[in-house]
Formats: sequence, structure tokens, C-alpha cells
Amino acid sequence: MTTPSAPALRVTGLNVALAGSRVPVVSDVTFEVPRGMVFGLVGESGSGKSTVARALLGYARRGLEIVAGQVAVDGIDLLRLPPAELRSARGRTAAYIAQDPASALNPGLRIGRQLMESLAAHQGSSRTDDPRSWIQQVLREVKLEPSRALLRAYPHQLSGGQQQRVIIAMAFMHRPTVIVLDEPTTGLDVTTQRHVLETVNELCRTHGVATIYVSHDLGVVAHMSQMAAVMYAGRVIESGPSAEIFGTPRHPYTARLLSSLPSYSRATALAGIPGHVPAPGSQPPGCAFEPRCLISVPDCRLAMPDLLPVAGDNHFARCILADQAASAQPRRAEFREQAQARSSPAGALLTVRQVSAFYGPKQVLHDLSLEVSEHECLAIVGESGSGKSTLARCLVGLHTAYTGELTFRGAPLPAGIHRRDNEVARAIQFIFQNPHSSLNPRRTIGQIMSQPVQQFSALPRREQDQAIAAALLDVALEPSAYLGRYPQELSGGEAQRIAIARALLAGPNLLICDEVTSSLDASVQAVVVETLRELQRSRGLAMIFITHNVALVRSIATTVLVMHNGVVVERGAVSDVVGRPAARYTAQLIEDGARYAVDDEPADRPVLPREGQA
Amino acid sequence: MANEALPLPPATPRPVTVPLADIPATRNRQWTRILADAARTRRGIVGLALMVPVVLLAFVGPFLAPHSPTAFVSLPFAPPSSSFPLGTDVLSRDVLSRLMTGGWRLLLMSSAATAVGVIVGAAIGVCAAYYGRSADAVLMRGVDLVLAFPQLVFGLLLVSVIGPKVWLIILAVGISHVPQVARVIRSASLDVVERDFVKAAQLLRLPSRRVITGEVIPNLVTPLMVETGLRLTFSIILMAGLSFIGLGVQPPASDWGVMINENRLGLVANPWAVIAPACIILLLTVGTNTFTDAIGRVATGVERRRRPRRLAAPTAAPGADGR
Repeated sequence: MTTPSAPALRVTGLNVALAGSRVPVVSDVTFEVPRGMVFGLVGESGSGKSTVARALLGYARRGLEIVAGQVAVDGIDLLRLPPAELRSARGRTAAYIAQDPASALNPGLRIGRQLMESLAAHQGSSRTDDPRSWIQQVLREVKLEPSRALLRAYPHQLSGGQQQRVIIAMAFMHRPTVIVLDEPTTGLDVTTQRHVLETVNELCRTHGVATIYVSHDLGVVAHMSQMAAVMYAGRVIESGPSAEIFGTPRHPYTARLLSSLPSYSRATALAGIPGHVPAPGSQPPGCAFEPRCLISVPDCRLAMPDLLPVAGDNHFARCILADQAASAQPRRAEFREQAQARSSPAGALLTVRQVSAFYGPKQVLHDLSLEVSEHECLAIVGESGSGKSTLARCLVGLHTAYTGELTFRGAPLPAGIHRRDNEVARAIQFIFQNPHSSLNPRRTIGQIMSQPVQQFSALPRREQDQAIAAALLDVALEPSAYLGRYPQELSGGEAQRIAIARALLAGPNLLICDEVTSSLDASVQAVVVETLRELQRSRGLAMIFITHNVALVRSIATTVLVMHNGVVVERGAVSDVVGRPAARYTAQLIEDGARYAVDDEPADRPVLPREGQA
Repeated sequence: MANEALPLPPATPRPVTVPLADIPATRNRQWTRILADAARTRRGIVGLALMVPVVLLAFVGPFLAPHSPTAFVSLPFAPPSSSFPLGTDVLSRDVLSRLMTGGWRLLLMSSAATAVGVIVGAAIGVCAAYYGRSADAVLMRGVDLVLAFPQLVFGLLLVSVIGPKVWLIILAVGISHVPQVARVIRSASLDVVERDFVKAAQLLRLPSRRVITGEVIPNLVTPLMVETGLRLTFSIILMAGLSFIGLGVQPPASDWGVMINENRLGLVANPWAVIAPACIILLLTVGTNTFTDAIGRVATGVERRRRPRRLAAPTAAPGADGR
């Protein structure tokens, strides 16, 4: 049944649409993956990459349906199989690894039991003769010691990385032909991510599995895959060898996606992609990227270009200007970190002395001290569990279980927002990680924005409205288009900019940003970070920027503090800490992150001031 | 001066096309939308079809009744005839007329009791969740105390001591709902008060009262509506039950509960005098309960019967989202 020449996986003309209305969500996706190859599928939210990933197993999320195309595994079209055969093919010939390992495992069953069940799901397989030894072998393959303790553990007793390894073991258990990994490391820290990815890579090569790696992370895909496809608005807009796609991108979207990534090696301004992906059903008649493209010509609006071969080996792009794509990358200003760092004659704005914070009996911060001066942007970097968010919550007054001393403008800062006065509450503003959860879904943007103005100013109504409109313009949002809308009608990037505008309306002196871009796509992250950086400089704000992304620090901060397990491991100027880390932990953090970074820009790119973007 | 630090408009005023005052304060009438959506589901239609005729009968009936509900018009327990379609009752009054005039009091008193129960219960639940710690403990233990009495026993005691006053009956039935409503709303609020927008309001140092009314309660519309519907059903049953055992509406006033009780004796002679009021209470409670079910299913998204709302932001559009 296996034709010798057939690739392990061949997808032809795959189309997925909204059930009923037939509005296309994924259109004309075609690619093939031979055995042993890792194929990357990249795109931002709304690109349709996860829809494609699920369709590879003949599955469509509720509300969607696969309307056309073939998904041939070893020459057999999964989409034409009767339900019973499709069910038996899933897991045995095509396996799927989901994003969140914790929700893929049953919390009430022991690991050993779940592995046995997964093995028993496909009776008659030769592996079921000696299930125990087979499970032990599979676990060793994913670098887990098949001890009794592991097999008797419940999922919550394992770390995120271990859970993901168990899932990978289940996926590889039946030696499938195809494995689909859908954002498998998104929730993991960089170091864990590196270990998991290495394991997957090794397994795919040794067992000759065709692997589809779906991710929004360009860097990881560039390093993991040999071939890749970039998706935008439900279509593949560029495909080819990974080295070529990410080295010499031929589609303006790919080029600009690369420009929006922060760099580990240089301090550059970030060039985001303003605008948003068109929704299904509201796509322009021409190229879907045309409205956001910097090099578009009138012809781009006529029709969606075909996926055409471009210079290079097996490299395709869906753009009529493919040869000019390089010029679509906006110039990125490289700035000198030293010049940016002021000698801070203004003195300390905020002083933190020997703060230890607790959650119940658990101590999460240990004798932490820091200082933020006026106009300074301090980055706090750390992995999850480092205590960086707890520190932020202590500073703004949301967490009160701490000892130590906080001083703001020379006066002691009481613990808890209720014990602080209005003036201090105004001067220290906080921006939350998740923009949608920080905006009340039952209030319009106008109502949300009027809260800080009414609370902190005595302006007459007319001037309040002016202030609100001005704040929206400061974050590059048109007031008339947003004031009457509700938060759930906004994209993540828009919502986060509303949250920033709300904080600005209070007229703060110190702005604390807690992982404000971690839930955003790279192109949107770049826009938000640039907005913040320009506001910080033009208004002379002091800012504490909390992040897990070391590269991002270079693009925004002047000084940095690295935290690990509630302790400061290193602090100093950004260029020193990131360029020449002194602590082993910092060096490891940078190395693990930089391993998967795409550094596309030639070093001799001219250093020019960046033009303001709308 | 707090004003100085505010970002005032620059010297050249930028165009502000929509002044804030032009935006309606509440464009999003979520509860009316849920009601309208629920009315279009199959369950909702069935519920309304059962409930609406009974409500109409109760409120329009008094004006259309062929006889006085208290007039002795024939022999006791006369079987149905052309002039008395449902026959007569124990005191030879027209059953149809008593049926048509006997509902409005029950409905009004049930609604009032529901309002008392939901308002008091929700207030306790929200405050317990928002203030937490000792406030939570005190409020919820107080509620447990009420819960310790079998529903209504306390109320019955009061009514039998003080007498069957309308306000007392409403209060007794209303209070008996408080524990359940408080528990449900507390657990729903626990979820809301942990959300970041509540923290954001606290960071603005808004008074707790405004955080609760402005940020927490608007996000409790769904559980509040479901509880109201459910409690209304129970109120009707309790009210009719109270009348039945003689502690509710007092004779000679007509009332469905009273009718069932006083006509039991003549079940063989004229069964309609009992069956008609019993059926009408059944239709009403099944109807309200079914419609409440529809509300719950629409609001939690189990059943989708929504008119296309304004499209969400393109990148967050459902269906195209990668995750």
C-alpha cells in the first residue's frame, strides 16, 4: 500500500471553512514532508496554522469544516477514511502533541496507567506483546527514567517539561509516520524548551518520522526545521528551505516579521507591523497583506497572487514583488545604550530595601533591594517562579505580605494600596500582563478611560474628554473609532495599548509593566514596546519593565536586574549584563534564548533614526 | 497638584471627533440581549408558551370573569355546565371565575418574594466574596444559620404567631431563598473579584462600593438572571403551598392554592375544581423553569442562537485563531 516514491505526508489543496457560511478560514494549503524531516509551519494568531495542524489528523474544531483537499499519509488520504479507520489512524500513523501538556493528561490517573491506556488504544500492534518493557523503552527515549515513582506519579506531581515528555512518549509509542506538534513549548521556560526540542529533534531523525512543527516562534522554527511554510490569513504566503526563508525572505510579511523580533546581540528599536490580520470573510480581493505592506503597488489589490517559485532552491512566495521583499524591512535604528542611560542626577525615585515577600508560609522574595531613579527604565528579567511579578505587586500595593522598606520620593511607601494616598496611587501606575483581563468587559473603552481622569483630576468634563482623546492618540489609536467599543471587540495589541493609555491618563511618574507583551504576537509586541519606549522618553517617566525575554530588554531598558528564585543574581547596565554576563545563571539564560534567535540583519546596516509609525 | 501631571492636550488641539458625552452610558444591555436570545431557543419558546397564557389569565382574568368570585351561584360541586364551564366549588361559587381572579395575587407576591431573596442573597454573596476573610466567614456562617432551619419552618412559625400578613409572607418566602442565592452568587463573584480589572479599579483607589457596583456586579448578570428565574419558580410553589395549608391568602379571596385545599372534599363530584388550579400552577412553574433553563444555556454558550453581533476584532476572530 505504500508507494515507494510517496512522501510520508502530502497535503494537497487543503481548504477549511466556517461551517454553514462556507467562509474560508484556510485556503489552498499544499505541502509535503518526507520521512525524517522536520517541517515548520509558522504564523501569528489568526493565521490558521493550528487549524491546518488539526486538519492533518482529519479534525476540525467545532464550527469549522474541512471542505476540500487531501491529507495523504503514506499515500492514504485521511480525509476520505471512514470514521472508524480514521480513529485508528490517529495516534497510530499520525500523532498530535498539543500546546498545553497539563490539559492533555488526565489529572486523576497515574502516568503509568495513562501510558498503558495509550498503548492499549491500538490493539494488535506488535508493541502490546510486552507492554511494560515497551513503555520503559519509550520513556528512556524521551530522557525520562522509567522509575516506579514516575509511573505512579499523578500529572500534577511532574514539572511542565516532564509532562510534555510524557506526552511526547505517548505520541512516539506507536512509531507513527507523521507527528504534528502544535506549539509544544509555548508554556515552558527557555531552558526546558531547549531540552524538549532537542529530544524531539533526535527522535524524529532516528525513527524517520515526518514532523510538522507548528509555532509562532520564528527562531525556534528556523532552528528546528529543514523546510518551512509561513502562513498569513489562512494561506501559505512563503515556503521553502528554512535557511532561505529566514535568511533571505521573499515575502514582505516574512521580512517584517523578522524585523519585529528583538535581538540578543544589538540594541535596536523594534519595527512592528501596525494593523491586523484580516478576519475570515473580510479579506481584501487582492493580496491579504497589501493593507499593511510598505512596498505595495496598485497591482497588489487586483488579485491574490499565486505561490510562485522565486530565486533559490524550492523556494516559493505569494507576492508579485518577491524580488524586492528585502526592502520591505523597515530600517531599524540601533541606539547606543550608554548614551541613553542618563547619569541620573535626579536621584532615586523608588527605593526598595531588603524586601522579603511571602505567600502563606512560602517565601518568594529574599532580601531584595533595588533603586529606580527618575527617567530610568529598569528591566527585571527572570523565569516563571523567580518572584518578579510578586515584586511588582508589592510595589503597586496589591501584595501586602512582605517585610522590608519601600521609599517613594523620599517618603516611606505603605504596604497595600488602601493605605496609600491618592497622590501616590496616581504617581505609580501598573500595566497588567493580560490586557483583556485587565479591562472590564462590561464597560466601553470610553468608560474605562474616564475612570482615572475622574479619580485623579479636577478637570471639567470637556477637558477630561480632551485628555482621554489625547491619551488614545498617544498610543496611536483613533479616539472616535475606539471610545464606544468594548474590550472584547479589540485585538490583544489594541487592548494592551488601551491599558497603557489608561495608565498614562493618571499622569504617572513611575510605570510598572508586568510581562505586558508576553501574550502578544511578535509583530504586535514590537508595536507595543516601541509605544512604551517613546512615551517613556518623551515624558521622562521612570519605568520598571518586567519580562522573561532577555532580548526584549535590549530594546527598551537602560539597566537590568536578573532574578532567580527570589534572589537578584545580577544587575547593571543592559549592555554589560546582556553583552558580558557575569553570573552563570544569566549566561545560561542568554545562551538558551539566543540559541533559537534569528539574527537576520547584517551588522553593517546603517544606523539611522527610525521614522515614527502610525 | 494632581492636575499638573495630567497629559493635557497640546497647544494645537488635535481633532476629537467624538466627544465622550455622545457615547451612551450603557450601550450593552446584556440582560435584555440574553432574554431575547433565550426567547428564540426551542426551550425558550416552550417555556414562554407555557408561562405567558397563565400570566395573561392571571392579570386579564379579573376583568373578564363571568361571575363574581365570591358569589354563590349554584349548588356546591355542581359538574361543568354551559353557564359554569368548570362547575362550582365547595361553597357553590363559579370555579372558572375564581380561577381567573385567583392568580394575580400569587404572581405579585411570588415576584416580590423573589426580589427580596435575590437582592439580599446577592448582596451577601458579593460582599462575602469581595471582602473575603472575616467578612466572608461571618456572612456565610450567618447564611448557614438560616440554612439550618428547614426552608420555611421559621417563616411558618412567624406567620402562625403574627398572623397571615402579606408583607410577612413575602418576607418569609424571600428570606428562605437567601442562603441558596448567597452561595451561588458568592462562588460566581469569587471568580470575578480575582480578575485584573477589579485590581485595576482598586489601584485607582476607587471606593469599595463603586468597585462592587461598577466592576463586579455587571459581570454577574448571567448567574443573577438564572437565580432569579429559579427562585421565581420556587416562590410560586411555596406561595401556593402556603395558601394550601391555610397560612397564605385567606378565604374568601380566591387563590389557586386555597382552591385546591377547599375543594379536595368534592374531588369526586367536581374534580375540575381541584384539577384546574393544580394544572395552572403546574404550567406556570414548568414554564418559568424551562425558560430559566434556556437563559442559562444561552448565557453560558451551550446553546447558540445569537444574531451576528458586531464582529470581534479581526485578529481575535473565532475560527481563524491559531489556538
